Amino acid sequence: MLSRNDLAEYLPLLAKGALVTVEVFVCALVVATLLGMVWALMRVSGVRALSRFSKALINIIRGIPILVQLFYIYFVFPEIGIQLSAFEAGVIGLGFAYSCYMAEVFRAGIEAVDPGQVEAAQSLGMRRALILWRVVLPQAFKISLPPYGNTCIMMLKDTSQTSIITVAELSFEGKLIASSTFKNTEIFSLVAVWYLVMCVPLILLVGRLEKKFGRQ
Amino acid sequence: MIAVRGVRKSFGTNLVLDGISLEVSQGEVVCVIGPSGSGKSTLLRCVNGLEAYDDGEITVEGQRVDRDARHIVAIREKVAMVFQRFNLFPHRTALENVIEGPVYVKHEPREEASERARALLARVGLAGKENDYPHRLSGGQQQRVAIARALAMRPQAILFDEPTSGLDPELVGEVLAVMRVLANDGMTMMVVTHEMGFAREVADRVIFIDRGKIIEQGKARELLRSPQQERTQDFLRRVTHPI
Repeated sequence: MLSRNDLAEYLPLLAKGALVTVEVFVCALVVATLLGMVWALMRVSGVRALSRFSKALINIIRGIPILVQLFYIYFVFPEIGIQLSAFEAGVIGLGFAYSCYMAEVFRAGIEAVDPGQVEAAQSLGMRRALILWRVVLPQAFKISLPPYGNTCIMMLKDTSQTSIITVAELSFEGKLIASSTFKNTEIFSLVAVWYLVMCVPLILLVGRLEKKFGRQ
Repeated sequence: MIAVRGVRKSFGTNLVLDGISLEVSQGEVVCVIGPSGSGKSTLLRCVNGLEAYDDGEITVEGQRVDRDARHIVAIREKVAMVFQRFNLFPHRTALENVIEGPVYVKHEPREEASERARALLARVGLAGKENDYPHRLSGGQQQRVAIARALAMRPQAILFDEPTSGLDPELVGEVLAVMRVLANDGMTMMVVTHEMGFAREVADRVIFIDRGKIIEQGKARELLRSPQQERTQDFLRRVTHPI
């Protein structure tokens, strides 16, 4: 079992890793959300070329494991002259991969808005962009929030995949400690609990959002 | 003011409008009646370009309704629409719903538009409900907000697409009362409805449509009292004596 001394020794190391996990998560979330919105808007733009491009991109990215995408960015990009730190590669890789899931979340939200809303806006003489901005997006935003939260939870856990390209996040630190102390059970249990603890606020938030927007 | 000439429209192989021609003049109230699926809602939706038609011509004050976005916006500034399911913007208050068009389409100053919106809401009997969101209002109240929203665009005509069909029976009267006032004030109205009482009292003219064709039209009282065509008689019998 873990002694008090062990905890005092390992917890700070794990905390350091957890901080990196949060950093990767927040940065990748910004990338994924912004790019996801771009893909979703292209998809519903009504401009054929844009919507086809977005659809193809989403399907390609969704069809390639995140690990392989990370390898690609970290090991292949330098060959074409793009040198990135492990952290940068992790953020970009994870953010890009998740932008496609986010795009689908946003698109589903946009398409779930009652077509009558668009007709009402049209009958007021509003044009496409204005309808999207004033009528569709505010409603799609609410519809998208619960699935968006779920995707966030998945992404928080998938930050662990960046350990494969040596981002020193929580699971990476855990593996280092475990392989040098052979206390596999204790260390990985600690790591597991730590992930869970980080997810709990997100899980609670999603639950509240679902309640709030499920009622209307 | 609204002229429909030989309009045809089909959804796939289903011909919904089969050569419809009619005119609505300034200040006239025209009720369009007919069985469900007869094409009357589609006709209304074609007039303000929510639906494209295949053949024929629709003009509003001489301006052709076609697929050109600029023309359609111009038409919609003249012709407002009230929907069966209200289609209020749920994320905006009653007042915000009413000023949405004036402020964001016509770029009127917000203060001025709000002032007028308050007056319009009072006119449809909703003073004091300005800050309520649609989900806090009854169906009848929502539909009256929708009418105020249509009026806020200062339209020259309003199209009503079964405005009371989505309402509980006890709420129908309050909406019809507002519409009656509008009609008396000289608003040009084209109303698709199943409310024969309203048609009889308020409409100048009633048009009976079945299977995409105008079967009969005439002065409201005459047509409803003594319809000439068998299909009209049959329809009116079923509507007025459902059991």
